[in-house]
Amino acid sequence: MSLSFEAVLAARNVDVSLHVEPGETVAVMGPNGAGKSSVVQSLAGLLKPDSGLAVLDGEPLFQLPGDAPDLWLPPHARGVGLLAQEPLLFPHLTVLDNVAFGPRSRGASRRDSRDAARRWLTEVHAAELARRMPAQLSGGQAQRVALARALATEPALLLLDEPMAALDVNSAPFLRSLLRRVLAGRRAIIVTHDVLDALMLADRIIVMDGGRIVESGPTAAVLTHPRSAFAASLAGLNVLTGTLDGSTLAMPDGGLVAGQPAGGLGGPEGLAAFPPSAVSVFLAPPAGSPRNCFAVVVDELEPQGGHIRVRAGALAADVSAAAVAELGLAPGVEVFFVVKAAEVRLYPA
Amino acid sequence: MRDAGAHPNARAAASRTTRPGDGRTRGGTRRRPWQYTGVPAWIYVVAALGALFILLPLAGMVAQVQWGQFWELVSSDSSVAALLLSLRTAAASTVLCIVFGVPLALLLARGQFFGQRILRALILLPLVVPPVVGGLALLYTFGRQGLIGRSLELAGISIAFSTTAVVMAQTFVALPFLVLSLEGTLRTAGQKYEAVAATLGARPGTVLRRITLPLVLPGLISGAVLAFARSLGEFGATLTFAGSLEGVTRTMPLEIYLQRETSPEAAVALSFLLIAVAVVVVAVTYRVPKSPLRALAAGRTSGPAGEVTP
Amino acid sequence: MNRMNQESTAMKSVANTARRGLPGVRRLGAAAAVGAMLALGLAACSATPGASTGPANTGSNLNELSGTLNVYAAASLKTTFTELAAKFEESNPGVKVSLSFDGSSTLVTQIKEGAPADVFASADQANMAKLSDVGLVAGTPKDFASNVLTLVVPPGNPANIASFADAAKPGVKLVICAPQVPCGAASASDAAAAGLALTPVSEDLNVTSVLGKVTSGEADAGLVYVTDAKTAGDKVKAIPLGLDKPTVNLYPIAAVNTSKVPELAQGFMDLVTGAEGRKVLTDAGFGKP
Repeated sequence: MSLSFEAVLAARNVDVSLHVEPGETVAVMGPNGAGKSSVVQSLAGLLKPDSGLAVLDGEPLFQLPGDAPDLWLPPHARGVGLLAQEPLLFPHLTVLDNVAFGPRSRGASRRDSRDAARRWLTEVHAAELARRMPAQLSGGQAQRVALARALATEPALLLLDEPMAALDVNSAPFLRSLLRRVLAGRRAIIVTHDVLDALMLADRIIVMDGGRIVESGPTAAVLTHPRSAFAASLAGLNVLTGTLDGSTLAMPDGGLVAGQPAGGLGGPEGLAAFPPSAVSVFLAPPAGSPRNCFAVVVDELEPQGGHIRVRAGALAADVSAAAVAELGLAPGVEVFFVVKAAEVRLYPA
Repeated sequence: MRDAGAHPNARAAASRTTRPGDGRTRGGTRRRPWQYTGVPAWIYVVAALGALFILLPLAGMVAQVQWGQFWELVSSDSSVAALLLSLRTAAASTVLCIVFGVPLALLLARGQFFGQRILRALILLPLVVPPVVGGLALLYTFGRQGLIGRSLELAGISIAFSTTAVVMAQTFVALPFLVLSLEGTLRTAGQKYEAVAATLGARPGTVLRRITLPLVLPGLISGAVLAFARSLGEFGATLTFAGSLEGVTRTMPLEIYLQRETSPEAAVALSFLLIAVAVVVVAVTYRVPKSPLRALAAGRTSGPAGEVTP
Repeated sequence: MNRMNQESTAMKSVANTARRGLPGVRRLGAAAAVGAMLALGLAACSATPGASTGPANTGSNLNELSGTLNVYAAASLKTTFTELAAKFEESNPGVKVSLSFDGSSTLVTQIKEGAPADVFASADQANMAKLSDVGLVAGTPKDFASNVLTLVVPPGNPANIASFADAAKPGVKLVICAPQVPCGAASASDAAAAGLALTPVSEDLNVTSVLGKVTSGEADAGLVYVTDAKTAGDKVKAIPLGLDKPTVNLYPIAAVNTSKVPELAQGFMDLVTGAEGRKVLTDAGFGKP
């Protein structure tokens, strides 16, 4: 009993095949336009692929082109819940009636569906909001109510399409920890840009790019050993590609990167990855020591938490604000990024 | 004029949610602060001219009303009959406009089918053709010698010269107003709520009844009001298709036209009455609806409010 | 701001739809509005646009007349007056006749409100009287034609009507003019003369509308002027009322005393009331005054 899904959407250049086990939460990540939302909408029944097949717990959701006529289950008959970026609470119904809408639409009595709604509102810590109208809720409150509404239908599959993207920094953590609790043991697909969501909520990560799945695997593995540039950037890692040879990676421009082989089969194509925090910035190349040194020009500086991230080409370094001032770092300044070989992980692509 | 923020419910909503320590800065501010609008000053001048262009002729007509005999003039049997007939037929045609206009607007706003644009253009035709032409078209369709009328006549149904014909003529000219108004509201509202409702297990019928229609109710009401007002003023199509007989087909506009022949004072008095009725109807019904969508937008202007963390 | 945006989006989308659907209409509407405003402003400066553009007062000979003559005539005179105006222009090369046809009462209202009429030809004496009551008529109106009512039926004569009495039978769809307008008043007195109680399905606002309902076959019978029946040709069949003393409508014509071209007005009236006018009017079915 699992979800299998494959679909081709020519108009959006999407060709995807994926599998989700019961109780598994999968994070779908990727740059804008990668086709993440197309996957979600096809599963919800809001967007029809050109061809494909989706089966949820033995029930076909769609089969296109099917044994004539096409099989296409309408959204209301799928048992697939959806929580989008916007809460989209029905503005003319109270919070309670919003949450009761699903059970009621599925044939429950008014009383039973309201009871269920109260249960789910309690579950998302929003019981006291029951009598309010959506217009009287904050963004975070509304999204919690929307979550309760989606859960109240007990969907066999819950789709979360960037559920935290529209929330402010104060509301997102609370919803995230809430999701961590309710998604445990629940089959869900969460589209997100935030690596924190993937870390906290997902068992597995699927990385999409250009309408294809480019990488997939357990969350921890993908983030520590990213195979795609996008996954690496997600993990906040610097990634260089080239040809592997023992403990060095030869880059196409002839430069060599020394590192620690992380094992794994494949090659000779390989990746070198290292976190920005491992990078030191110098105005002149340091002499001696087995270190990797890259001559770069600073593109931009951006504050990140307690430090400043210095971006230069494809690389990034994290330094203190004091260091920035001391070195006189500014866009256009030529500097040297230096990283110890011990901090660089090499693995086959 | 149509400020969602001024809506009593919206204000009540705002103040109710404002509690000490709630993190909300909103609520309690009755006067809206000055906001930049980007409207050049000369716009006000031209707009004032435009408004005068509408209002002055009305004032000119009101000045002609002989108030001393007003009641006497408008309470003649034929005037009362015309007014009652007008109200009755306009109400009936408004109902017809809703019955046919809602599905049409839904199809135009939501449907995905070939010829949608052409269908819209055709449905809006009554807005551009002179009503007399509309009346002729109806005559050639539902008249005794008409396309469909011929068969109806054989079945013993005769439409011309009946009150039914008046209602049909009014519906013909008023329908586009409702369709246009509702289609616009439907497009503005978008389909997101409907999609969410579907994923929650609601069948299309349920979505229409519980989500779509409540959300676009303001647009539907304003469209219906426009249709009613247009029906009330219908003259050309009625005259051509339905004829003019007191109590049966002679509506207010026809009565006004006829009164003008013998008693211009009565015509002016009736005109004033008709305008007054239309103004009252529009004023009363236009005030009631406030879009729930707008209330939502208004509630959110303060930005994300303090999260109640348990 | 959000609130306002929301508002204006709703309004805008309606407007947009309208604009997409009917581009030409909006532009036309705007042009008309501007035109109307201009007209409002200009009305005071030229109460009689086009009138007295030439030296009309200098010559007494018809052949030397020039300028523009505005003739306001009852709608039933459309065919005959168009023909007569052409004749008048032909024999007076410098003259341009501008014709305006409408219901007599409408024309009276317009002239009273300052419309630039030089000659007024009414379909009845009541409306001419309305104009002379306010002192706008120059001299005495002269009757130049008469008209009587006739019954008309569609070509197939679906209700088998052979006489005025048949048209008054129940079940017959008879259309007449409303009693407030001249043809309706004549219908009522003709019915009284024939001792008939008419039960029309519609009392229309003008005779054209009555005729239209008969030609379209919508009505079984209608009461119109004999001239209207003649104009309609074989689209209707005329059945004389057969009354000893039918109600005769007299058509008076008069110059308007605000006219700036009285000689032209007199010249045109002479043509209408003269032999040439008599012939054109008779051909169209009008009787002698």
